[in-house]
Amino acid sequence: MPTDKPLLVVENLCVSFRTEGGVVPAVSGVSFSLERREIIGVVGESGSGKSQTLLAILGLISSPNAVVTGSVRFLGQELLGLKRRALDAVRGRQIAMIFQDPMTALTPVHTIGNQIIEQIRAHESVSRTAARKRAVDLLDAVGLPSPDSAVDRYPHQLSGGMRQRAVIAMALSCNPALLIADEPTTALDVTVQAQILELIARLRDGFGSAVILVTHDLGVVAEVADRVLVMYAGRVVEEGGKGQLFREPLHPYAWGLFGSIPPMHGPRPARLTAIPGSPPKLSQMPQGCAFGPRCTFRHEACAAQPSLGGAGGHRSACFLPQDGRQDLRRTLAARAVPA
Amino acid sequence: MLTALLSRLGQMVLVMFGISVVAFLIFFATPGADPSARIAGRNASQETLVQVRHDFGLDRPLPVQYALMMERLFISRDLTSFVNRGQRVVPTVLEAIPITLSLVLGAAVLWLLGGLIVGVIAGATRGTWLDRTLMILSLIGVSIPVFWLGEVANLVTQSRWHDSWLFSWVPPLGYIPFTEDPWGWFKALVIPWFTLATLYIGLYGRVLRASIIETMQEDFIRTARAKGIGERRVLMHHGLRTSLVAFVTMFGLDFGALVGGGALLTEVVFGLQGVGKLTYGALQTLDLPMILATVIYASFFVVMANFIVDVAFVFIDPRVRDAH
Repeated sequence: MPTDKPLLVVENLCVSFRTEGGVVPAVSGVSFSLERREIIGVVGESGSGKSQTLLAILGLISSPNAVVTGSVRFLGQELLGLKRRALDAVRGRQIAMIFQDPMTALTPVHTIGNQIIEQIRAHESVSRTAARKRAVDLLDAVGLPSPDSAVDRYPHQLSGGMRQRAVIAMALSCNPALLIADEPTTALDVTVQAQILELIARLRDGFGSAVILVTHDLGVVAEVADRVLVMYAGRVVEEGGKGQLFREPLHPYAWGLFGSIPPMHGPRPARLTAIPGSPPKLSQMPQGCAFGPRCTFRHEACAAQPSLGGAGGHRSACFLPQDGRQDLRRTLAARAVPA
Repeated sequence: MLTALLSRLGQMVLVMFGISVVAFLIFFATPGADPSARIAGRNASQETLVQVRHDFGLDRPLPVQYALMMERLFISRDLTSFVNRGQRVVPTVLEAIPITLSLVLGAAVLWLLGGLIVGVIAGATRGTWLDRTLMILSLIGVSIPVFWLGEVANLVTQSRWHDSWLFSWVPPLGYIPFTEDPWGWFKALVIPWFTLATLYIGLYGRVLRASIIETMQEDFIRTARAKGIGERRVLMHHGLRTSLVAFVTMFGLDFGALVGGGALLTEVVFGLQGVGKLTYGALQTLDLPMILATVIYASFFVVMANFIVDVAFVFIDPRVRDAH
């Protein structure tokens, strides 16, 4: 297999839903690419289109009113509009997905072992015994205690963290090249969150998988991701390496996002800064830059839709001049602290 | 498991006791139900009535009468009808049971299969013309009264077209015991089976469709789809399997009620001397021993069916298994 080509290329992905009040866009023109073994973090508020983007990649948006356009190429193969049978050959085999809520993500009437075996045997011709042995090994690898007996447990007999481990084991069962994790830790206890994250970060070494990690927890991204996409109102507003993006965020929305994290060092602010206003309703998207109405630095140019631009792999969708931006950010930060 | 079984059995005895007491008391509270007058015949003299009352133990206190009746029903099994003198109640009911069981079992097989097929196909093709056609058909099936359907079936197969090649195989109305002639048993029952099953196929198909559509929105269905196992397997192995709870609950209740005499209309239309018809006759003549026997029999089946449903749940839903 060619290694120079990117693993996944998403171009101009749009997801919209037909509703009684007209067509509502959930994702508008999302483009990004992913290399092998790369971990990319996608951050954004609820409703920013993160999950819909991921579901669209695997063709998992089941609503009959959804319209998905654009292009999703996995190892050169176009996934959008693929026949179900061809898509099923990719799903679970090469791209696997971990869902947000482990409490509801597993079928309650089958043992976790059988659910893993089902996936293995759908993609590889191995005997039941061999598949079962692999299921046990996988459960062991993701750190489920006593995997020999856990394999015959039903989902309701496991705790949330154990279920998420089982879901991850299932996702890894066919050695996928790409793992898509949709807020895998949101529904878990804080201590379990850390373990699951560590597990996901280790996947790259153990299984050689690339990972798309969706979350609204910036700490999670800072910990495991190589690159970060910041999404707002269905668009990517900033993209860059984790170091760059955390050190010098370019988009005013990202400034607000990072400003809302309590600082680890220095004086404790009286109150955390919040971004004024609330995200736009998808059905009433403002003209031009969707963040405009909440942005302190809004000016005439913002009436148009900004596109992603910038140098050195660190790009943002903002009309502010590149040079003076960090000064503006510091002014904003300085304004917030003394309160 | 054993304790659960025993406690179930205890409940069953309790329920049947309660039902028999209520049936017994309702009987004595019914106006004009005085059994001695019926037994003595019309225009009997006062002395005869008193004599009859004494002979049949009807002048004793109610609890004693109840106990005596239960003793003759369950232990000596020689309880006789008040109306048809000398007719023993227990053998009569025992003779009617295979007829009703044959009718309801056959229909149950049909309606389970039919309900599953209709429900799964309609649920999987939701919103298409196939789904709509099936739903309209099942609505028609639910709406047709069973006695009307039975009479039409009789009209067609027994009279109008009986001499045509299509229905010349249909035997005259009535029951043919399986042990005597299995093929005849089948031929005599196949039309009643379809008649009785029609309503339930429609009902079960609609319920299962709704249940499947609801299940297919669940998160775990999305997980299953993401595994790349094919939509058919997602539907059957994850969607249908999880949707069966409502289906099985309904089946237990309906089956118990039908075996307990609820198939009366079908039995009457097709001349099957089953338990339903027996109960109906006993109620018309206020034949207390017969009523008690059939009511206790019916309650036994209803409670039994519930028990079987509970056991089935243990296999269908592992969450129930751990709840015990």
